[in-house]
Amino acid sequence: MSKDNKIQSTSIARQSRRGFLAAAGGLAASALAPAARAGGNPANQPPNVPEWTRSLGEGVAVRPYGKPSKFEKDVIRRDVEWLTASRESSVSFTPLHELEGIITPNGLCFERHHGGMADIDPADHRLMIHGLVERPLILTLDELKRYPRVNRIHFMECAANSGMEWRGAQLNGCQFTHGMVHCVQYTGVSLRTLLEEVGVKSNGKWLLVEGADSAAMDRSLPIEKALDDCIVAYKMNGEALYPEQGYPMRLVVPGWQGNLWVKWLRRIKVGDQPWQTREETSKYTDLLPNGKARRFTWVMDTKSVITNPSPQAPIKHGKGFTVLSGLAWSGNGKVKRVDVSLDGGRNWWPARLDGPVLDKALTRFYYEFDWNGQPLLLQSRAQDETGYVQPSKAELRKVRGYNSIYHNNGIQTWHVQANGEVENVEVA
Amino acid sequence: MLKSPELVVAFVLACLSGSAAFAGGSTELKGEAKPAPHYDIGRAPTPEEIRGWDIDVRPDGQGLPVGKGTVAQGEKLFMDNCATCHGEFGEGNGRWPVLAGGKGSLTADNPVKTVGSYWPYASTVFDYVRHAMPFGNAETLSVDDYYSLVAYVLYLNDVVTDQNFELNNKNLASIKMPNEAGFIMDDRATSEKAFWQKDPCMKDCIAPVKITGRATAVDVTPEDAKEGKSRGVE
Repeated sequence: MSKDNKIQSTSIARQSRRGFLAAAGGLAASALAPAARAGGNPANQPPNVPEWTRSLGEGVAVRPYGKPSKFEKDVIRRDVEWLTASRESSVSFTPLHELEGIITPNGLCFERHHGGMADIDPADHRLMIHGLVERPLILTLDELKRYPRVNRIHFMECAANSGMEWRGAQLNGCQFTHGMVHCVQYTGVSLRTLLEEVGVKSNGKWLLVEGADSAAMDRSLPIEKALDDCIVAYKMNGEALYPEQGYPMRLVVPGWQGNLWVKWLRRIKVGDQPWQTREETSKYTDLLPNGKARRFTWVMDTKSVITNPSPQAPIKHGKGFTVLSGLAWSGNGKVKRVDVSLDGGRNWWPARLDGPVLDKALTRFYYEFDWNGQPLLLQSRAQDETGYVQPSKAELRKVRGYNSIYHNNGIQTWHVQANGEVENVEVA
Repeated sequence: MLKSPELVVAFVLACLSGSAAFAGGSTELKGEAKPAPHYDIGRAPTPEEIRGWDIDVRPDGQGLPVGKGTVAQGEKLFMDNCATCHGEFGEGNGRWPVLAGGKGSLTADNPVKTVGSYWPYASTVFDYVRHAMPFGNAETLSVDDYYSLVAYVLYLNDVVTDQNFELNNKNLASIKMPNEAGFIMDDRATSEKAFWQKDPCMKDCIAPVKITGRATAVDVTPEDAKEGKSRGVE
């Protein structure tokens, strides 16, 4: 972070503390009538008949494409301006603290662009498959849709998710510490189907996958993965891919770093060696303490985070029955178990997995407990079906150091204070 | 008549698949030496179409287009197209990428990863610049311009030292980058084997802990994200 940013954010902090004191004062004053305590307008609350009962609502098709209630207007993607030089090469984060279940709504899936969002007319989009193949192929979107379809639910995580936290607790909210992940049901064509269609030559061992955006992102993908479970997707959660997610078609590379999931996919070239592109050499390589860097670290390690409570989602109800909710995932396969600690990792309690537990997909967990109003140091720890146990940040730094940027899957700690506020902390 | 074992395999597989989409397959088999497509959807790209899009370059030089450019030519292009963001000497303006310097910093507290200090292959610079630069005006310069620009970036990093040096499709692959040996393959399965366990610890796993760092002390979180704040977009 630059000095300027620091100065700027300090003045913002002062304002925010004032804002918080004012809000806290308001809360204390409202402890009078039940209706007032819960907030809102008593005229719309029992025993009165609310205005939306006494009048007709909006008719059908007034909103031909529906959107969330106006009271949910704060449930949005957010970016961190000081992180990047421009919004065209930047990231916005999924508001994980506002979501439940395992599916991320299309409009809230985090964005990562390297040259802005390409806004492509599908009539002009082409997918070209060539190189070491028997029958080079060029497809329109309509032609791609004529191939047999598959539906798969997968998480997608940027390799740099939590990357700002390597040196310590920095961003105060799971939207920012963990929000470069989403989970979507994709519909598309198995990449294997397309590769069989073009006939990969026996020396075809690698694929170059390339996007049509202003960065024309290109990456090397080994043929084993390409033939295993990759998809050329054109639908997300049932509807067309959103432009910011690669409309009209993108690559889905289950369990592997998001950078490989090339959006606006225009070209697949089969070759016999990796290309060593910018995004797999100068970026998305993990610098170790000895100055060497790991490359081709494709798999996203087992990880979890508590989404509620969290800094943007404090406990507002005071002591009593409390639902702790969170997400776990693994690029190795299915999540096997999640444990929760209330004391910073000293003792652990099994969490309850609820909803589908799918291969390389977000998995929802809950831990319900009776909060006594005392401060807590909340942590979650996932284990996947291969036995990998999410490490503590200390364990992770011991092998990966502080300058990895990518692949920070260390255990997150939230400090719940007696007043229910939550902050991002590190413990030792 | 099926002419090769490969054809027989393709034919048998297609029949076994029972796919109704196998339209036209038998005529293909009769008429051509190539195995038939399974679905017959889409078409073959023309050589010209492939040439227009086939712009990737590998470390061994495969894919390099015929062309050339000198450091001196690159310097002028760089000032006109790149220096606003990257700085005249590749030092980077603001948060825009630093292109030069940082040598020997990879084990330091704040490593500076540049073309000279970090990038393992010169081909990568060419591939990237030709794909994505100038930022916002990508794939608009000539091949010779891209050679010139890459030559200048290599010069900024002391990889080449002569202002008159000419980079071309014949010599680019022979340029050795200082940090080529700085990379290892993903070794997490062995170097981090300890993270795979039978049963994770549940009780008295570590000594009682204390808070050692707070995000609120750093305070770089966007203001509108703080609880109860609204950005007011509607």
